[in-house]
Amino acid sequence: MIIAAIDSYLEVAPLAWRDAVVQWCPEPTQWLVHHLITIVAILAVFGTLFAFTPLAERKLLGRLQNRLGPNRSGLPWWQNGPKLWGLTQPFADAVKALTKEDIVPAAADKLLHFLAPVLIVAFSLLTFAVLPFGRHLVPVGLDAALLYFFAAGSATELAIFMAGWASRNKYSLLAAMRALAQVISYELPLILSVVPIVLIAGTLSLQDIVLAQGFWTFGFLPHWFVFTPWGFAGFLLFLVSALAESNRSPFDLPEAESELIAGHLTEYSGFKYALFFMAEYFGLTALSGLGVTLFLGGWQAPCAFLQFIPSWLWFMGKVIGMLLLFIWIRGTLLRLRIDQLTRLAWQFMVPLTLINLGNAAFWSLTAGWTGPLQLVRWGVSLAIIVIPFVLLGRRLSAGRHPRTYRYAAS
Amino acid sequence: MSVSDLSSFTPSSGPTVRAVKDPFHGDLLEVSMGPQHPSTHGVFRMVVTLDGEVVVKLKPVFGYLHRNHEKIAENTTYLGSMPYTDRLDYLCSMTTNWAYALAVEKLAGQAVPDRAQYLRVILAEMTRLVNHSCLVGFLFNDLGTSFTPLLYAFREREKILDLFEALSGSRMMCNFQRFGGCRVDPTPEWLAAASRLVDNYPRFLDEYETMLTANEIMLARTQGIGILDAKLAVNAGITGPCLRASGYNYDLRKVDGYGFYPRFDFKVPLGAHGDTYDRYMMRILEMRESVKILQQAFRDLPGGPVMDPKAKIRGFRPKAGEAYGRIESPKGELGFYLISDGTPNPYRYRVRPPSLINLTLLEEMCLGHTIADSVVILGSVDIVLGEVDR
Amino acid sequence: MLGSGIINGLIVTAKNFVGSYHDPKRMVTVQYPEERAKLPENYRNFPFLITENATDPMGTLRCVACQICEKECPPQCIYIEKSKDKKPDATGKPQLYPAVFAIDTSVCMSCQICVEVCPFDAIKMDQVFEVAATDRFTGLLLDREQLAKPNSYFHEIHPTDAAEVDTRLATERQAAEEKAKAAAAAKAAAAAKAAAPKAAVKPAAEGGPTA
Repeated sequence: MIIAAIDSYLEVAPLAWRDAVVQWCPEPTQWLVHHLITIVAILAVFGTLFAFTPLAERKLLGRLQNRLGPNRSGLPWWQNGPKLWGLTQPFADAVKALTKEDIVPAAADKLLHFLAPVLIVAFSLLTFAVLPFGRHLVPVGLDAALLYFFAAGSATELAIFMAGWASRNKYSLLAAMRALAQVISYELPLILSVVPIVLIAGTLSLQDIVLAQGFWTFGFLPHWFVFTPWGFAGFLLFLVSALAESNRSPFDLPEAESELIAGHLTEYSGFKYALFFMAEYFGLTALSGLGVTLFLGGWQAPCAFLQFIPSWLWFMGKVIGMLLLFIWIRGTLLRLRIDQLTRLAWQFMVPLTLINLGNAAFWSLTAGWTGPLQLVRWGVSLAIIVIPFVLLGRRLSAGRHPRTYRYAAS
Repeated sequence: MSVSDLSSFTPSSGPTVRAVKDPFHGDLLEVSMGPQHPSTHGVFRMVVTLDGEVVVKLKPVFGYLHRNHEKIAENTTYLGSMPYTDRLDYLCSMTTNWAYALAVEKLAGQAVPDRAQYLRVILAEMTRLVNHSCLVGFLFNDLGTSFTPLLYAFREREKILDLFEALSGSRMMCNFQRFGGCRVDPTPEWLAAASRLVDNYPRFLDEYETMLTANEIMLARTQGIGILDAKLAVNAGITGPCLRASGYNYDLRKVDGYGFYPRFDFKVPLGAHGDTYDRYMMRILEMRESVKILQQAFRDLPGGPVMDPKAKIRGFRPKAGEAYGRIESPKGELGFYLISDGTPNPYRYRVRPPSLINLTLLEEMCLGHTIADSVVILGSVDIVLGEVDR
Repeated sequence: MLGSGIINGLIVTAKNFVGSYHDPKRMVTVQYPEERAKLPENYRNFPFLITENATDPMGTLRCVACQICEKECPPQCIYIEKSKDKKPDATGKPQLYPAVFAIDTSVCMSCQICVEVCPFDAIKMDQVFEVAATDRFTGLLLDREQLAKPNSYFHEIHPTDAAEVDTRLATERQAAEEKAKAAAAAKAAAAAKAAAPKAAVKPAAEGGPTA
């Protein structure tokens, strides 16, 4: 009983606190304060998350690579004080970024060079507006939230192109071209991998999509979309497209450090560089949030009896899990080449997403099948996606396989 | 006529070079990669002309690390050049030491005791493990991993370098070989530790191969990329794993049988395609063969001195004459050509660096591939700028 | 199937991630200023000069300023000036000593050739590697006062090597002493002989013509 009371309070606590503050304001400014608090809350929460994601990335990569990762930064003015496992590293990094000299190349387009980092952060923040963070926490409850998300998210590539063009550097220019090719190629599979969800849930509103996943079989098998054949395939396709869309390894071609030095970031230093960095992680977090919302049940608890934990904690936990997955992938994989990247998109991802759409249609048509027919439904749905995957994969990697070698006779 | 001029008349592979200004196709982009660039493996520069992302012309520029090695050696004693040879190929000082010692021993007619010969084989093969592990690590960094394979390779290299340090006093600048033997006799503990490390090495190689050899992205990025024709490679004097990856059987350990290599049972892996993947796999397979050689060497290591008692440290003056000593260094044929006029200094001292000569066909390998591939091809050739520029 | 290689790779990195927490073979990092890896005995860094007696380092340098190391040093970083006078060395023989002995450690490449060519075991390799200086020229140019370290320190860092050197020097010293003794005895004998025969010869000489 007490737990239920605490739970129901925690569930609405953020809203309650906001309303309490809004009450204190004079009537004409209440709408403004209301929205400002929402914006500040998003900035604070995801700003903090951004501060610690690179630290987690460095630590995790370090452990993957059998290193320790950053563990030195302690407290300022206390030289031999506790090291705190390097948790103050983000603040040290921020101070470094802020105090570094901001170098603008003499031949650069000064205005665009300045505008690019500002715009990229702005665009990447816009996407957070429609994500349902909790049962009652939806900053903007748009009906076409999904469309808005993709519209706002893909605008970041414009800023990347601006950065690459304005730097007047050949590496930056090549990176900008790559970024454009990449985003145009991957926008399609990204959206197509999401369409089955819209088909099944019958809505473009993210909150309604989450609510559509809020059931459990026997109380512990959640009805998340990822636990269906088409949903799992869609999730994997979404994951790959999201990696490409947010320029993460193995699709980090625009900032391929081994050939293009730092790509579009080559001519940026100091805080402008930090802004790009921030935008990259904001974009990644937002896409993780979208993936969680669409496929992993959003803020829903995995088991019915775990519902006492506030929904926004579930959401954040899932988002952090996705981020760790992205970091793990980055720690393992190599980078594709630009032609292979686009070939993967057009010859593999797009056909598969289209087939998956048909798969979802089949799933929705057979919603009434029960009993043994349920097994038939699963089998057919799995076959619909696995067979094309194997065939397309074989075509994609034709002629490429590990080789066996001969030895000299002597 | 230089090699890059030749290619414009008789292109061996890839598209022909066209003018930088071409109103029909649009302009080409000329990018100067290096000398400060993350993946040119030091201060190397490639002037790359790009059509979109495709390389249509590539001019290697080197010499930024020139240290006048040969002239310095002609002005110091024979022994005094030994520490400078450490700095030629700074990843494999043990083999560069050996190549130089071999040349001087040939020049002076100096005998080497059996134990020293075995020790040289052990150290050379451990150096091969170090070099090849590092190379594949760096190659994957060029391929875009976030340092993970490189750091795994460094982890294993670290253990070998610890052994080098315990034996010679320095991790990389070993300065270990002497004319007529080796400087220090390893203790039984050292030999036991080294033997244990070598026995564990295949486990690391297995892990490494599980991680990367069958990786689809790796296959897509390296197979069919940077093909080097065997005939062209022989004509250009390419040696080492690069040549063997093209399918040409030439390993100085078998051809010359220098040192005690004829006593060991090992095979020479050969590639079939001559592409980047073959060059990568040659290294992996050679490491496995090195482990076999090392195990035999630890088993058969004889007792006795490691230094010929008649060898002279002070006042070493070989009689007038000339000699060319060469070994199969991890990168290829490493040779030292010496002329003595009977004084304590060599009259002429010449290094045949495998890195430099393997680099000469870089353009032929890169033409028609993208800029990302050119970096990977450079990585697969395995250069060390200390040796290229000398 | 497409993707199996990628999944294998992910499994390997995950294994390494877990292994880095419990397997010292995977986690090889040493937290440097707090923990220090044990230096092997053979480790070498920069040369130092051995003195026999810590209380009088300049008086008991083993170095006799023969300048072999100066000539053999590949980067020419050793500078020696011979003394005008001679001092008795460990064996009691009068020897020159270095009035100036300087090593420019910014040039030195730690090759150990000076140690190998030294016939007097007077120069050895040190193991101090924290040698940063704030001054580019004089801070790294070490003179003989900075270079001199007692033999006991040599025993500390290279015990095997030092013991070997000491026994060799002891036998040499003994041999020298015996030689000196023998020489002294021979001298005495010679002197005695010189004295005795004179006495003996004289009569002979005297008696010579008679014989």
